Amino acid sequence: MAHTDGVADGTEDSGRASLIYDPKVRGVFFQAILIIVVAYLVYSGISNAAGNLARAGIASGFDFFGERAGFEIGQTLVHYTNDSTYFRAFLVGLLNTLMVSALGILFATIIGFIVGLARLSRNYLIRKLATVYVETLRNIPLLLQLLFWYKAVLAVLPNPRETGLEQGTTVLWTLNNRGLYIPRLIPEAGASAILVAAIIAIALWVVIGMWAGKRQMRTGQQFPTFLTGLAILVGLPLLTFFLTGMPFDVEFSALQGFNMSGGTVIRPEFIALLLGLSLYTASFIAEIVRAGILAVAKGQTEAAYALGLSPNHTSRLVIIPQAMRVIIPPLTSQYLNLTKNSSLAVAIGYPDLVAVFGGTVLNQTGQAVEVITITMLVYLTISLLTSAFMNWFNSRVALVER
Amino acid sequence: MKYSFLSAVAGVAVAAGLGATAASAATLDDVKAKGFVQCGVSTGLAGFSAPDDAGDWKGIDVDLCRGVAAAIFDDASAVKYSPLSAKERFTALQSGEIDILSRNTTWTMSRDTELGLNFAGVNYYDGQGFMVRKSLGVNSALQLSGASVCVQTGTTTELNLTDYFKANNMTYNPVVFEKLEEVNAAYDSNRCDVYTTDQSGLYAIRLGLSAPDDHVVLPEVISKEPLGPVVRQGDDQWFSIVKWVHFAMINAEELGVTSENVDEMMDSENPNIMRLLGKEGTFGEAVGLENDWAYQVIKNVGNYGEVFEANVGESTPLGIARGLNALWTNGGLQYAPPVR
Ligand SMILES: N[C@@H](CCC(=O)N[C@@H](CS)C(=O)NCC(=O)O)C(=O)O
Repeated sequence: MAHTDGVADGTEDSGRASLIYDPKVRGVFFQAILIIVVAYLVYSGISNAAGNLARAGIASGFDFFGERAGFEIGQTLVHYTNDSTYFRAFLVGLLNTLMVSALGILFATIIGFIVGLARLSRNYLIRKLATVYVETLRNIPLLLQLLFWYKAVLAVLPNPRETGLEQGTTVLWTLNNRGLYIPRLIPEAGASAILVAAIIAIALWVVIGMWAGKRQMRTGQQFPTFLTGLAILVGLPLLTFFLTGMPFDVEFSALQGFNMSGGTVIRPEFIALLLGLSLYTASFIAEIVRAGILAVAKGQTEAAYALGLSPNHTSRLVIIPQAMRVIIPPLTSQYLNLTKNSSLAVAIGYPDLVAVFGGTVLNQTGQAVEVITITMLVYLTISLLTSAFMNWFNSRVALVER
Repeated sequence: MKYSFLSAVAGVAVAAGLGATAASAATLDDVKAKGFVQCGVSTGLAGFSAPDDAGDWKGIDVDLCRGVAAAIFDDASAVKYSPLSAKERFTALQSGEIDILSRNTTWTMSRDTELGLNFAGVNYYDGQGFMVRKSLGVNSALQLSGASVCVQTGTTTELNLTDYFKANNMTYNPVVFEKLEEVNAAYDSNRCDVYTTDQSGLYAIRLGLSAPDDHVVLPEVISKEPLGPVVRQGDDQWFSIVKWVHFAMINAEELGVTSENVDEMMDSENPNIMRLLGKEGTFGEAVGLENDWAYQVIKNVGNYGEVFEANVGESTPLGIARGLNALWTNGGLQYAPPVR
């Protein structure tokens, strides 16, 4: 915004003219016009669409959310049956999307960092392998990769009846083309204490970290924060677990008829989607990491060595913090891409938001405009929240001038 | 930033506006102007709508569109096809992308009343069934509790399946895909124990599996699936044309008029045949067609029985008996109002 120096001392008769030429007033005026135009367009778009739907005899509105869904979903993180509402079905789809995206982001980041560092390795073989990984995965369309992983997963895994299991005998775990079956923990009274213990442990970790930081500033002494924190995080809930008398019931799976029943199951669709999303996005993250590290001037390393820092400390305290500034902004867009790409789930039968809500619900209710609008808004919201978080994180690692 | 947002909003508004013009025009005039019928079909379901080796679309659903084209243009080939998944089909019709949806679509109340569409008849009476591997040793759908079931999204199938398992106190795990070929591939690779859809569809799909003889369609029929052509609401003339092309084919079978003998039948003294073939009355003109509209349909495409036999009948790989789809005079359900 430009400042208006000449206006304040303008004379009476030039007041009118100066108001028109006042950049600030003009700015506000045009902004207001823009808002009115945008609001009008949005309004007429919506009312036009509503009018068209009514004229074509197509039902519209959001009442369907409260109605009975009447269909089953293959993977549900919250309780859901065919008697649940469409809203519940929406929630199931949303949670499935969030779960695969969150885990995908986690794995893609880990693999991406490893491969990115490997590309800078002094070992020829490691470096070349990493290059091959990156060039292959980022140059093949993701949809093909997903179909490949799905086919591969299904082709490799046997049918539950061909795994040599006895009908009715429970097993600790088993892997077949219906999924990976592991025991299910059913919480009993007192189980929530363990969750509380875990939260306390995390809080303790943070407090210790702050205390250790302060002490190091004061005395120069270091404290093994990470190991202590980890010990508390594992130990405290474990202790609570035993103190509360192991408040879990364990359900194992067993072959029953055609299929396994009982236990927790991780479906092949989920495995294939997670694999595909993680490996694909990791290839981009690897390049981002490599670029970030190369962006740190060589002099920084030399200076660190000159100060007597070990190579380990050099990368942890000098290189990586500086590289992070370059890495985080493009990393954010990879996270957004991964989340949006998870909607390709529909091709391999994973019940994500687009498959459940934008697919089955849309078709059973016939309310395409409403359903698609909501779906778009959900993705927009997830993306904006991810961006907001990463921006906050970025500001934490950004260059702070002292 | 501001401007791209603005243009996005304008884009939505324009799109919302365009939908209206496409949906409200007189379809017959549009079709005549462009010179062909745009027909929504499946992505490939043998016997109903599937491209043959030469790339020509074949099937009873295809023949309905060809019949409409013959009635308008005297040329059954004046049709363009839009292959649609179950999920895409209604939007394609609503938006005006296609003129007729003729794609094994079940006539249900909500589809008829809430989607702005009209069903123009039933060209195949079907019901939902189950297909399993013979090696499972299953001979009734009631033994399927606990099974993994492959199903296509956007179908009546998804809901019937739930109802049936619920009514019989059985559980199942659904594996849902959007595209037919994905469902087929998943079932073929043993991801599911059961494939469920319209029984006619199961027969067609079985032909495409890697070992068709290893699979069996179970006897239970768990629903009513009257399949028929669909048009947009609000264009009664077009609705009538599609409806009567279908009726003409059934009436022709009932009256013994075939694509082979239709020219001789032009000399028939039977008033029913004379009216059907346009020798008497002005029935065609009343719906904006020539009076020989039905003659053209029968000559170029055939009567209902001929179409059935050629596409799904006993002599085809599908080998489906007439059953419910026999004429009412033969104990079936196919019955058309008279031309009079
Ligand atoms: N009649 C049922 C099911 C129709 C349906 O879409 N069936 C599937 C499986 S037989 C199909 O034809 N798919 C073909 C495609 O998606 O191209 C309905 O109208 O909902």
